[in-house]
Amino acid sequence: MSELLQSTTDAPTGGWRTATVREVAHPTERTVVVRLDVAGRVPHMPGQHYVVRLTADDGYTASRSYSVASSPSDPLVELCVERLADGEVSSYLADVVEVGDELEVRGPIGGWFAWDGVAPTLAIGGGTGVVPLISMLRHARDLQRPDLVCLIAAARTAADLPYSDEAMGDCNLVALSRQDTPSRPAGRLTSADLAPHIGGRELFFVCGSALFAEAVGRMLVELGVTTTAIRVERFGPTS
Amino acid sequence: MATRGFLGRKRSGDPRLPPGQYDAGDDWPVLTAEVTPNLRPEQWSMTVDGLVETPTTWSWDEAHALPQSEFHGDIHCVTTWSKLGVTFGGVSVDDLLAVAGPQPEATHVLATSTTGYTTNLPLADVTGGKAWVVWTFGGQPLSPGHGGPVRLLVPHLYFWKSAKWVTRLTLLDHDQRGFWEVNGYHDRGDPWLEQRYTGD
Repeated sequence: MSELLQSTTDAPTGGWRTATVREVAHPTERTVVVRLDVAGRVPHMPGQHYVVRLTADDGYTASRSYSVASSPSDPLVELCVERLADGEVSSYLADVVEVGDELEVRGPIGGWFAWDGVAPTLAIGGGTGVVPLISMLRHARDLQRPDLVCLIAAARTAADLPYSDEAMGDCNLVALSRQDTPSRPAGRLTSADLAPHIGGRELFFVCGSALFAEAVGRMLVELGVTTTAIRVERFGPTS
Repeated sequence: MATRGFLGRKRSGDPRLPPGQYDAGDDWPVLTAEVTPNLRPEQWSMTVDGLVETPTTWSWDEAHALPQSEFHGDIHCVTTWSKLGVTFGGVSVDDLLAVAGPQPEATHVLATSTTGYTTNLPLADVTGGKAWVVWTFGGQPLSPGHGGPVRLLVPHLYFWKSAKWVTRLTLLDHDQRGFWEVNGYHDRGDPWLEQRYTGD
Protein backbone atom coordinates (compact mmCIF):
# COMPACT_ATOMS: atom_id res chain seq x y z
CA MET A 1 0.00 0.00 0.00
CA SER A 2 1.58 3.27 -1.05
CA GLU A 3 1.00 6.62 0.58
CA LEU A 4 -2.07 8.61 -0.38
CA LEU A 5 -1.79 10.90 -3.38
CA GLN A 6 -1.61 14.43 -2.01
CA SER A 7 -1.49 17.72 -3.78
CA THR A 8 1.29 19.91 -2.52
CA THR A 9 -0.54 23.20 -2.64
CA ASP A 10 -3.96 24.80 -2.50
CA ALA A 11 -4.54 25.42 -6.16
CA PRO A 12 -6.88 28.23 -7.15
CA THR A 13 -10.27 27.47 -8.68
CA GLY A 14 -12.28 29.91 -10.76
CA GLY A 15 -15.94 29.92 -11.78
CA TRP A 16 -17.62 30.66 -15.11
CA ARG A 17 -16.35 33.76 -16.85
CA THR A 18 -16.81 35.49 -20.16
CA ALA A 19 -13.62 35.55 -22.17
CA THR A 20 -12.95 37.78 -25.16
CA VAL A 21 -10.76 36.35 -27.91
CA ARG A 22 -7.81 38.70 -28.46
CA GLU A 23 -5.57 36.62 -30.72
CA VAL A 24 -5.95 33.53 -32.90
CA ALA A 25 -3.00 31.71 -34.48
CA HIS A 26 -2.33 28.38 -36.15
CA PRO A 27 1.24 27.45 -35.21
CA THR A 28 1.05 23.95 -36.67
CA GLU A 29 -1.25 22.34 -39.18
CA ARG A 30 -3.32 20.68 -36.48
CA THR A 31 -3.28 23.23 -33.68
CA VAL A 32 -4.88 26.54 -32.92
CA VAL A 33 -3.73 29.00 -30.26
CA VAL A 34 -6.35 31.32 -28.82
CA ARG A 35 -5.44 34.07 -26.40
CA LEU A 36 -8.27 35.11 -24.14
CA ASP A 37 -8.98 38.15 -22.05
CA VAL A 38 -10.86 36.61 -19.12
CA ALA A 39 -12.99 39.08 -17.14
CA GLY A 40 -12.30 38.72 -13.42
CA ARG A 41 -9.59 36.18 -14.07
CA VAL A 42 -8.35 34.01 -11.19
CA PRO A 43 -4.59 33.53 -11.71
CA HIS A 44 -3.71 29.92 -12.49
CA MET A 45 -0.89 27.65 -11.48
CA PRO A 46 1.11 26.23 -14.41
CA GLY A 47 -0.44 22.89 -15.38
CA GLN A 48 -4.03 23.85 -14.59
CA HIS A 49 -6.74 23.86 -17.23
CA TYR A 50 -9.83 25.73 -18.36
CA VAL A 51 -13.16 24.44 -19.59
CA VAL A 52 -14.54 26.02 -22.76
CA ARG A 53 -18.32 25.73 -23.13
CA LEU A 54 -19.99 26.39 -26.47
CA THR A 55 -23.76 26.93 -26.64
CA ALA A 56 -25.86 26.60 -29.79
CA ASP A 57 -28.98 28.64 -30.45
CA ASP A 58 -31.21 25.79 -29.27
CA GLY A 59 -29.38 25.58 -25.91
CA TYR A 60 -27.27 22.54 -26.84
CA THR A 61 -23.87 22.77 -25.17
CA ALA A 62 -20.50 21.12 -25.66
CA SER A 63 -17.66 21.55 -23.15
CA ARG A 64 -14.04 20.44 -23.29
CA SER A 65 -11.06 21.01 -21.03
CA TYR A 66 -7.87 22.60 -22.35
CA SER A 67 -4.58 23.19 -20.59
CA VAL A 68 -3.25 26.70 -20.20
CA ALA A 69 0.01 27.43 -22.03
CA SER A 70 0.58 30.93 -20.71
CA SER A 71 2.44 31.78 -17.56
CA PRO A 72 0.54 33.25 -14.60
CA SER A 73 2.16 36.63 -15.31
CA ASP A 74 0.64 36.82 -18.80
CA PRO A 75 -2.39 39.15 -18.78
CA LEU A 76 -4.12 36.82 -21.25
CA VAL A 77 -4.98 33.13 -20.93
CA GLU A 78 -3.43 31.19 -23.79
CA LEU A 79 -4.92 27.86 -24.86
CA CYS A 80 -3.35 25.64 -27.50
CA VAL A 81 -5.81 23.15 -28.89
CA GLU A 82 -5.30 20.20 -31.21
CA ARG A 83 -7.92 19.99 -33.92
CA LEU A 84 -9.49 16.54 -33.72
CA ALA A 85 -11.21 15.03 -36.75
CA ASP A 86 -14.61 14.82 -35.07
CA GLY A 87 -13.92 17.36 -32.33
CA GLU A 88 -16.92 19.63 -32.16
CA VAL A 89 -15.20 22.07 -29.80
CA SER A 90 -11.66 21.86 -31.21
CA SER A 91 -12.86 22.28 -34.80
CA TYR A 92 -14.95 25.27 -33.75
CA LEU A 93 -11.92 26.86 -32.12
CA ALA A 94 -9.73 26.03 -35.12
CA ASP A 95 -12.11 27.04 -37.91
CA VAL A 96 -14.71 29.48 -36.63
CA VAL A 97 -13.35 31.56 -33.76
CA GLU A 98 -12.31 35.12 -34.60
CA VAL A 99 -10.74 37.95 -32.66
CA GLY A 100 -13.47 39.74 -30.74
CA ASP A 101 -15.63 36.65 -30.16
CA GLU A 102 -16.83 35.95 -26.65
CA LEU A 103 -16.49 32.49 -25.15
CA GLU A 104 -17.77 31.02 -21.93
CA VAL A 105 -14.88 29.61 -19.92
CA ARG A 106 -14.35 28.20 -16.48
CA GLY A 107 -11.07 27.96 -14.68
CA PRO A 108 -8.52 27.51 -13.51
CA ILE A 109 -9.27 23.92 -12.51
CA GLY A 110 -7.17 21.11 -11.08
CA GLY A 111 -4.78 20.90 -8.18
CA TRP A 112 -2.81 17.76 -8.95
CA PHE A 113 -1.30 18.46 -12.34
CA ALA A 114 -0.15 21.87 -11.11
CA TRP A 115 3.35 23.15 -10.46
CA ASP A 116 4.00 25.25 -7.37
CA GLY A 117 6.96 27.17 -8.80
CA VAL A 118 9.25 25.67 -6.18
CA ALA A 119 9.87 21.96 -6.73
CA PRO A 120 12.63 21.03 -9.19
CA THR A 121 10.63 19.37 -11.93
CA LEU A 122 11.05 17.16 -14.95
CA ALA A 123 8.22 17.74 -17.41
CA ILE A 124 7.69 15.25 -20.22
CA GLY A 125 5.14 15.89 -22.94
CA GLY A 126 4.06 14.21 -26.15
CA GLY A 127 2.70 16.39 -28.97
CA THR A 128 0.14 18.85 -27.62
CA GLY A 129 0.86 17.29 -24.23
CA VAL A 130 3.59 19.92 -23.95
CA VAL A 131 1.02 22.69 -23.55
CA PRO A 132 0.69 22.68 -19.72
CA LEU A 133 4.43 22.06 -19.48
CA ILE A 134 5.13 25.19 -21.55
CA SER A 135 3.25 27.13 -18.87
CA MET A 136 5.62 25.62 -16.30
CA LEU A 137 8.66 26.48 -18.44
CA ARG A 138 7.49 30.06 -18.95
CA HIS A 139 6.76 30.46 -15.25
CA ALA A 140 10.22 29.17 -14.32
CA ARG A 141 11.74 31.71 -16.72
CA ASP A 142 9.57 34.48 -15.19
CA LEU A 143 10.94 33.47 -11.80
CA GLN A 144 14.44 33.65 -13.29
CA ARG A 145 14.82 30.02 -12.29
CA PRO A 146 14.83 28.21 -15.64
CA ASP A 147 16.78 25.45 -13.89
CA LEU A 148 13.63 24.46 -11.98
CA VAL A 149 11.85 23.00 -14.99
CA CYS A 150 13.48 20.64 -17.44
CA LEU A 151 11.25 19.88 -20.42
CA ILE A 152 11.44 16.80 -22.58
CA ALA A 153 9.16 17.19 -25.59
CA ALA A 154 8.39 14.27 -27.88
CA ALA A 155 6.71 14.35 -31.28
CA ARG A 156 6.99 12.82 -34.73
CA THR A 157 8.55 15.90 -36.30
CA ALA A 158 9.21 19.47 -35.20
CA ALA A 159 6.21 20.53 -37.28
CA ASP A 160 4.01 18.35 -35.03
CA LEU A 161 5.27 19.99 -31.87
CA PRO A 162 3.65 23.21 -30.72
CA TYR A 163 6.08 25.62 -29.07
CA SER A 164 9.01 23.67 -30.51
CA ASP A 165 11.13 26.85 -30.51
CA GLU A 166 10.54 27.40 -26.79
CA ALA A 167 11.08 23.73 -26.02
CA MET A 168 14.71 23.97 -27.16
CA GLY A 169 17.45 25.32 -24.95
CA ASP A 170 18.39 25.28 -21.28
CA CYS A 171 18.42 21.68 -20.12
CA ASN A 172 15.52 20.79 -22.38
CA LEU A 173 15.38 17.98 -24.90
CA VAL A 174 13.29 17.63 -28.03
CA ALA A 175 12.95 13.98 -29.03
CA LEU A 176 11.59 13.48 -32.53
CA SER A 177 10.73 10.00 -33.73
CA ARG A 178 10.93 10.82 -37.48
CA GLN A 179 13.44 13.63 -37.68
CA ASP A 180 17.07 14.11 -36.67
CA THR A 181 17.97 17.10 -34.52
CA PRO A 182 21.44 18.49 -33.84
CA SER A 183 21.43 16.77 -30.44
CA ARG A 184 19.62 13.55 -31.22
CA PRO A 185 19.02 11.18 -34.13
CA ALA A 186 15.42 10.33 -35.04
CA GLY A 187 13.86 7.72 -32.80
CA ARG A 188 11.21 7.13 -30.23
CA LEU A 189 11.66 8.51 -26.74
CA THR A 190 13.41 5.94 -24.56
CA SER A 191 14.46 5.72 -20.94
CA ALA A 192 18.01 6.54 -22.11
CA ASP A 193 16.65 9.97 -23.04
CA LEU A 194 15.14 10.41 -19.59
CA ALA A 195 17.89 8.95 -17.41
CA PRO A 196 20.31 11.94 -17.47
CA HIS A 197 17.50 14.28 -16.36
CA ILE A 198 16.15 12.39 -13.32
CA GLY A 199 18.67 13.39 -10.68
CA GLY A 200 17.69 16.20 -8.32
CA ARG A 201 14.11 16.35 -9.60
CA GLU A 202 11.31 16.12 -7.04
CA LEU A 203 8.24 16.14 -9.29
CA PHE A 204 7.63 14.48 -12.63
CA PHE A 205 4.82 15.80 -14.84
CA VAL A 206 3.85 13.60 -17.77
CA CYS A 207 1.28 14.76 -20.32
CA GLY A 208 0.22 13.18 -23.57
CA SER A 209 -1.96 10.51 -25.12
CA ALA A 210 -2.83 7.56 -22.92
CA LEU A 211 -0.28 5.40 -24.76
CA PHE A 212 2.46 8.01 -24.40
CA ALA A 213 1.70 8.60 -20.71
CA GLU A 214 1.63 4.88 -20.06
CA ALA A 215 5.01 4.34 -21.71
CA VAL A 216 6.71 7.30 -20.02
CA GLY A 217 5.24 6.43 -16.62
CA ARG A 218 6.65 2.94 -16.93
CA MET A 219 10.09 4.29 -17.91
CA LEU A 220 10.19 6.61 -14.92
CA VAL A 221 9.26 3.81 -12.52
CA GLU A 222 11.93 1.59 -14.06
CA LEU A 223 14.43 4.41 -13.54
CA GLY A 224 13.58 4.35 -9.85
CA VAL A 225 11.20 7.31 -9.58
CA THR A 226 8.65 7.01 -6.76
CA THR A 227 5.17 6.60 -8.25
CA THR A 228 3.67 9.26 -5.98
CA ALA A 229 6.14 11.81 -7.42
CA ILE A 230 4.72 11.22 -10.92
CA ARG A 231 1.72 13.33 -11.96
CA VAL A 232 0.06 12.28 -15.16
CA GLU A 233 -2.40 13.97 -17.47
CA ARG A 234 -3.76 11.76 -20.23
CA PHE A 235 -5.96 12.87 -23.08
CA GLY A 236 -7.58 11.69 -26.24
CA PRO A 237 -9.22 8.46 -27.31
CA THR A 238 -7.93 4.94 -26.68
CA SER A 239 -8.91 1.30 -26.70
CA MET B 1 -25.53 32.93 -24.06
CA ALA B 2 -25.26 31.41 -27.50
CA THR B 3 -21.79 31.14 -28.99
CA ARG B 4 -21.50 32.87 -32.37
CA GLY B 5 -21.42 30.38 -35.19
CA PHE B 6 -21.58 27.24 -33.06
CA LEU B 7 -23.92 24.58 -34.36
CA GLY B 8 -22.64 21.47 -32.58
CA ARG B 9 -23.04 17.84 -33.45
CA LYS B 10 -26.25 16.32 -34.63
CA ARG B 11 -28.39 15.98 -31.51
CA SER B 12 -28.71 12.33 -30.59
CA GLY B 13 -31.72 12.93 -28.37
CA ASP B 14 -30.77 9.73 -26.53
CA PRO B 15 -32.53 9.94 -23.16
CA ARG B 16 -29.67 7.99 -21.57
CA LEU B 17 -27.29 10.94 -22.07
CA PRO B 18 -27.15 13.37 -19.13
CA PRO B 19 -26.83 17.10 -19.94
CA GLY B 20 -23.55 18.14 -21.54
CA GLN B 21 -22.47 14.54 -22.27
CA TYR B 22 -21.75 12.89 -25.62
CA ASP B 23 -21.80 9.25 -26.64
CA ALA B 24 -18.20 8.00 -26.91
CA GLY B 25 -19.36 4.92 -28.82
CA ASP B 26 -16.68 2.24 -28.85
CA ASP B 27 -14.10 4.62 -27.46
CA TRP B 28 -13.16 4.38 -23.80
CA PRO B 29 -10.69 7.14 -22.85
CA VAL B 30 -8.14 6.55 -20.09
CA LEU B 31 -7.66 9.70 -18.03
CA THR B 32 -5.99 8.44 -14.87
CA ALA B 33 -3.82 10.95 -13.00
CA GLU B 34 -1.25 8.46 -11.80
CA VAL B 35 0.98 5.73 -13.17
CA THR B 36 -0.91 2.54 -13.96
CA PRO B 37 0.10 -0.03 -11.34
CA ASN B 38 1.28 -3.46 -12.37
CA LEU B 39 -1.05 -5.24 -9.98
CA ARG B 40 -1.41 -9.01 -10.06
CA PRO B 41 -4.66 -10.51 -8.77
CA GLU B 42 -2.85 -12.53 -6.08
CA GLN B 43 -1.37 -9.28 -4.73
CA TRP B 44 -4.76 -7.60 -4.51
CA SER B 45 -7.16 -7.71 -1.60
CA MET B 46 -10.34 -5.88 -0.73
CA THR B 47 -10.85 -4.51 2.79
CA VAL B 48 -13.93 -2.97 4.38
CA ASP B 49 -13.02 -1.19 7.61
CA GLY B 50 -13.72 1.91 9.68
CA LEU B 51 -17.12 2.06 11.36
CA VAL B 52 -18.06 -1.57 10.84
CA GLU B 53 -18.71 -4.40 13.32
CA THR B 54 -16.31 -6.79 11.61
CA PRO B 55 -13.47 -5.27 9.56
CA THR B 56 -13.00 -7.77 6.75
CA THR B 57 -10.45 -8.45 4.04
CA TRP B 58 -11.10 -10.63 1.00
CA SER B 59 -8.44 -12.11 -1.23
CA TRP B 60 -9.01 -12.40 -4.98
CA ASP B 61 -10.31 -15.97 -4.56
CA GLU B 62 -12.44 -15.09 -1.54
CA ALA B 63 -14.02 -12.16 -3.38
CA HIS B 64 -14.80 -14.42 -6.32
CA ALA B 65 -16.50 -16.90 -3.96
CA LEU B 66 -19.08 -14.24 -3.01
CA PRO B 67 -22.36 -14.06 -4.96
CA GLN B 68 -21.53 -12.63 -8.37
CA SER B 69 -23.39 -9.59 -9.60
CA GLU B 70 -23.54 -7.74 -12.93
CA PHE B 71 -24.28 -4.17 -13.92
CA HIS B 72 -25.84 -3.38 -17.29
CA GLY B 73 -26.16 0.30 -18.11
CA ASP B 74 -24.35 3.55 -18.78
CA ILE B 75 -21.28 5.33 -17.41
CA HIS B 76 -20.52 9.04 -17.51
CA CYS B 77 -17.14 10.77 -17.23
CA VAL B 78 -16.93 14.36 -16.01
CA THR B 79 -14.85 15.19 -19.10
CA THR B 80 -18.18 14.80 -21.00
CA TRP B 81 -17.95 11.37 -22.59
CA SER B 82 -20.46 8.66 -21.76
CA LYS B 83 -20.52 4.99 -22.66
CA LEU B 84 -23.96 3.51 -23.11
CA GLY B 85 -25.09 -0.06 -22.59
CA VAL B 86 -21.99 -1.49 -20.97
CA THR B 87 -21.69 -4.55 -18.73
CA PHE B 88 -19.44 -4.98 -15.72
CA GLY B 89 -19.21 -8.07 -13.49
CA GLY B 90 -18.04 -8.55 -9.92
CA VAL B 91 -19.71 -8.35 -6.53
CA SER B 92 -22.22 -5.93 -5.11
CA VAL B 93 -20.88 -3.59 -2.43
CA ASP B 94 -24.04 -4.56 -0.51
CA ASP B 95 -22.65 -8.07 -0.12
CA LEU B 96 -19.33 -6.79 1.23
CA LEU B 97 -21.12 -4.49 3.69
CA ALA B 98 -23.43 -7.32 4.78
CA VAL B 99 -20.36 -9.22 5.99
CA ALA B 100 -18.60 -6.24 7.58
CA GLY B 101 -21.76 -4.83 9.20
CA PRO B 102 -21.89 -1.02 9.08
CA GLN B 103 -22.28 0.65 12.46
CA PRO B 104 -25.34 2.90 12.82
CA GLU B 105 -23.29 6.11 12.89
CA ALA B 106 -21.60 5.37 9.53
CA THR B 107 -22.71 7.95 6.95
CA HIS B 108 -19.91 8.10 4.36
CA VAL B 109 -17.34 5.94 2.64
CA LEU B 110 -13.79 6.72 1.57
CA ALA B 111 -12.59 4.43 -1.22
CA THR B 112 -8.81 3.97 -1.48
CA SER B 113 -6.81 2.51 -4.36
CA THR B 114 -3.47 0.71 -4.36
CA THR B 115 -1.98 3.86 -5.91
CA GLY B 116 -3.10 6.06 -3.02
CA TYR B 117 -5.99 7.53 -5.03
CA THR B 118 -9.06 8.24 -2.91
CA THR B 119 -12.67 9.23 -3.51
CA ASN B 120 -15.50 9.92 -1.09
CA LEU B 121 -19.13 8.86 -1.27
CA PRO B 122 -22.21 9.06 0.92
CA LEU B 123 -22.92 5.55 2.23
CA ALA B 124 -26.35 5.78 0.59
CA ASP B 125 -24.62 6.00 -2.83
CA VAL B 126 -22.95 2.60 -2.45
CA THR B 127 -25.85 0.68 -0.89
CA GLY B 128 -29.14 -0.60 -2.27
CA GLY B 129 -27.77 -2.10 -5.48
CA LYS B 130 -26.00 1.05 -6.67
CA ALA B 131 -22.33 0.06 -6.39
CA TRP B 132 -20.07 -2.85 -7.26
CA VAL B 133 -16.49 -4.03 -7.01
CA VAL B 134 -15.88 -5.30 -10.56
CA TRP B 135 -13.26 -7.35 -12.41
CA THR B 136 -14.88 -7.90 -15.80
CA PHE B 137 -15.97 -5.55 -18.58
CA GLY B 138 -18.09 -6.99 -21.36
CA GLY B 139 -17.36 -10.45 -19.96
CA GLN B 140 -13.57 -10.01 -20.26
CA PRO B 141 -11.05 -9.34 -17.49
CA LEU B 142 -10.82 -5.63 -16.76
CA SER B 143 -7.61 -4.25 -18.31
CA PRO B 144 -5.04 -2.44 -16.14
CA GLY B 145 -5.59 0.93 -17.82
CA HIS B 146 -9.26 0.77 -16.94
CA GLY B 147 -8.56 -0.20 -13.33
CA GLY B 148 -7.88 -3.91 -13.70
CA PRO B 149 -7.70 -6.24 -12.08
CA VAL B 150 -10.39 -4.62 -9.89
CA ARG B 151 -12.17 -1.29 -9.71
CA LEU B 152 -15.07 0.25 -7.86
CA LEU B 153 -18.19 0.87 -9.98
CA VAL B 154 -20.67 3.56 -8.96
CA PRO B 155 -22.31 4.17 -12.33
CA HIS B 156 -24.94 6.69 -11.24
CA LEU B 157 -22.18 9.20 -10.37
CA TYR B 158 -19.40 10.66 -12.56
CA PHE B 159 -16.82 8.00 -13.21
CA TRP B 160 -13.99 9.41 -11.08
CA LYS B 161 -16.04 8.04 -8.16
CA SER B 162 -15.51 4.54 -9.58
CA ALA B 163 -11.99 4.26 -8.21
CA LYS B 164 -9.58 2.17 -10.29
CA TRP B 165 -7.50 -0.44 -8.46
CA VAL B 166 -9.75 -0.11 -5.41
CA THR B 167 -8.48 -1.97 -2.36
CA ARG B 168 -10.31 -0.47 0.62
CA LEU B 169 -13.64 1.00 1.63
CA THR B 170 -13.49 2.85 4.94
CA LEU B 171 -16.79 3.74 6.60
CA LEU B 172 -16.84 7.13 8.35
CA ASP B 173 -19.28 9.23 10.38
CA HIS B 174 -18.34 12.29 8.30
CA ASP B 175 -17.47 13.29 4.76
CA GLN B 176 -13.76 13.20 3.98
CA ARG B 177 -12.97 14.53 0.53
CA GLY B 178 -10.87 12.43 -1.81
CA PHE B 179 -8.32 13.11 -4.54
CA TRP B 180 -10.36 14.97 -7.16
CA GLU B 181 -12.74 16.38 -4.59
CA VAL B 182 -9.92 18.41 -3.01
CA ASN B 183 -8.67 19.29 -6.50
CA GLY B 184 -11.65 21.30 -7.69
CA TYR B 185 -14.23 18.62 -8.45
CA HIS B 186 -17.69 18.26 -6.96
CA ASP B 187 -18.19 16.44 -3.68
CA ARG B 188 -20.95 14.13 -4.99
CA GLY B 189 -20.84 14.23 -8.80
CA ASP B 190 -24.37 13.49 -10.01
CA PRO B 191 -24.24 13.65 -13.85
CA TRP B 192 -27.96 14.39 -14.13
CA LEU B 193 -27.43 17.52 -12.03
CA GLU B 194 -24.13 18.32 -13.82
CA GLN B 195 -22.27 18.36 -10.51
CA ARG B 196 -18.86 18.56 -12.18
CA TYR B 197 -16.87 21.07 -10.18
CA THR B 198 -16.77 22.47 -6.67
CA GLY B 199 -19.74 24.80 -6.28
CA ASP B 200 -21.96 23.26 -9.01
